[in-house]
Amino acid sequence: MTIKPASLLPGGNLMGYALLALLLLLVLPLALDLFRLNLIGKYLTYAFVAVGLVLCWGYGGILSLGQGVFFGLGGYAMAMFLKLEASDPESTKIQSTPGIPDFMDWNQLTELPWFWQPFHSFSFTLLAIVLVPAIIAMVIGLAMFTRRVGGVYFAIITQALAAILTILIIGQQGYTGGVNGMTDLRTLMGFDIRTDGAKYLFYYLCVLLLFGCLGLAHYISKSKLGRLLVAMRDKEDRVRFSGYDVAAFKIFVFCMAGVFSAIGGAMFTLQVGFMSPTLVGIVPSIEMVIFCAVGGRLSLIGAVYGALLVNFAKTSFSESFPELWLFAMGGLFIAVVMAFPNGLAGLYNSYVAPHLARLIARWLPATTEPAAVPAIEAKQPQGAQP
Amino acid sequence: MSNTDFVLAVEGLTVSFDGFKAVNDLSFYVDENEIRVIIGPNGAGKTTVLDLICGRTKATEGSIRFRNREITRMREHEIVRTGIGRKFQNPSIYGDLTVFENLEISYPKGRSVWGALTFKRDAEVIKRVQEVAEMIFLADLLDKQAELLSHGQKQWLEIGMLLIQDPELLMLDEPVAGMSVVEREKTAELLRRISQGRSVIVIEHDMQFVARIADKVTVLHQGKILSEGSIDKVKNDPKVIEVYLGH
Repeated sequence: MTIKPASLLPGGNLMGYALLALLLLLVLPLALDLFRLNLIGKYLTYAFVAVGLVLCWGYGGILSLGQGVFFGLGGYAMAMFLKLEASDPESTKIQSTPGIPDFMDWNQLTELPWFWQPFHSFSFTLLAIVLVPAIIAMVIGLAMFTRRVGGVYFAIITQALAAILTILIIGQQGYTGGVNGMTDLRTLMGFDIRTDGAKYLFYYLCVLLLFGCLGLAHYISKSKLGRLLVAMRDKEDRVRFSGYDVAAFKIFVFCMAGVFSAIGGAMFTLQVGFMSPTLVGIVPSIEMVIFCAVGGRLSLIGAVYGALLVNFAKTSFSESFPELWLFAMGGLFIAVVMAFPNGLAGLYNSYVAPHLARLIARWLPATTEPAAVPAIEAKQPQGAQP
Repeated sequence: MSNTDFVLAVEGLTVSFDGFKAVNDLSFYVDENEIRVIIGPNGAGKTTVLDLICGRTKATEGSIRFRNREITRMREHEIVRTGIGRKFQNPSIYGDLTVFENLEISYPKGRSVWGALTFKRDAEVIKRVQEVAEMIFLADLLDKQAELLSHGQKQWLEIGMLLIQDPELLMLDEPVAGMSVVEREKTAELLRRISQGRSVIVIEHDMQFVARIADKVTVLHQGKILSEGSIDKVKNDPKVIEVYLGH
């Protein structure tokens, strides 16, 4: 018995992961200059969100239009640490209150707010990047899923949350840097993040973390929990009346998606060097769903390609036709939903994979046997069939 | 509220939707190893009674006790874990998964988030799935996507999904609706077999089928019990003939 739900696209076999690793770790760094590679690194931070959405939306059927919230929480946590390090009394001595971030000084704050204090510590910051989004996702999940809020209603509420967080950040500019976000980030524990070496380092770190998340997501999707998510998407009540606490599973997967997004956000801050509310709100949150949809919402690897391709298209397209980009994005989303609902992964599986399989079969006739099947199928009796 | 030897004791159960009492001061008791059939005209409150027992609808008044344990206020999955399984009226299976996976998900192990993450498909699970699949005539179709099964097979699959939980009380809502004559007979035989060692509540319209399986019949009408007893007693009850069976 192979663990392959018939309708699910293969979330990725070893080959797919290997190819992706080859592309990200070797081909792209060799083929692109540092500026372009840094852009790829930025696109990859969205892939974290898209991978989370595959679990949450593709498998579990929970559409969140507010993943930007978690991306932002991770990004801001990292930015707060970097900002504090960049605001030592020495380099801020022209401010009326030296030693606090510049935007606080501009907003007549005279001391560091209490919730900024712990961000002096790097280990606290790393913990916060993971725990704050997890806790917030859990609170949202407890409030929504235990009351059986789902589907469109949940999507709207998450969208509202994205709007709320943006408004909050912009409104509280003394504490958050407002609409400009947190800029002028320089060093990480004394290590200059703006050098070429740092950019390569963060790119590779980003790829490694992405593979960590992919591995975790792959494990979850292949475990019984992954099958339960698919079952819940289909017949929630049946799962409930099979003795499962449906809300707990939804909360879990929503938290996972949130944590993945936050890690992406933190890597964004490190690689791009700033964090701003434009990355948190409604539009970026919806874009993140589009990355996932284009890649194929049931394919973890597809999500990475989706994030890369859509962002690449966005960059090249908006360089030449800035005002047309939004229409193109909207059109793309409609096209994906109408014409190929399983995204790139679906196209790959129905058009490319069969040809590939045939080619491989011709070359390696011996290795194409399906994976070993446990005894169960061998000893199936001839049951009565209507 | 007395302690009883019954598997299920429903007493004074009332549920009101905006003043309309779908179930009105209902009391009945189900014995060990009994097959109880609930019949009645449309809107009599049959499905609502099952909804109340399994926690899908919360009772306005009254008590439901399962093996002397009050379950009226419990959450659905907790009620399931005490040993009550419920089959829905329309076959409710996971179309995207295979028959094997459908049964495996219903296997009562790894029901917490952590349990599901670390769940291993061991020999015991495979053996149990195999056993149940044989019982429900689907042993040859374990690899088939459940969506592609026939209507009757889907009904059996859902019965199998309950069976694998090994509940002490099994509730079936119209298990033979939409089945062919042959399938009906097989299902009747199946129900006889699986009711060994557990109690079963069945809602059914098909009187022939009811006669084949029922130990005791409860007739509901407008949320109240109209008649209760053996199939012959109920069949000849003038009130039942009046509102349900017809002359």
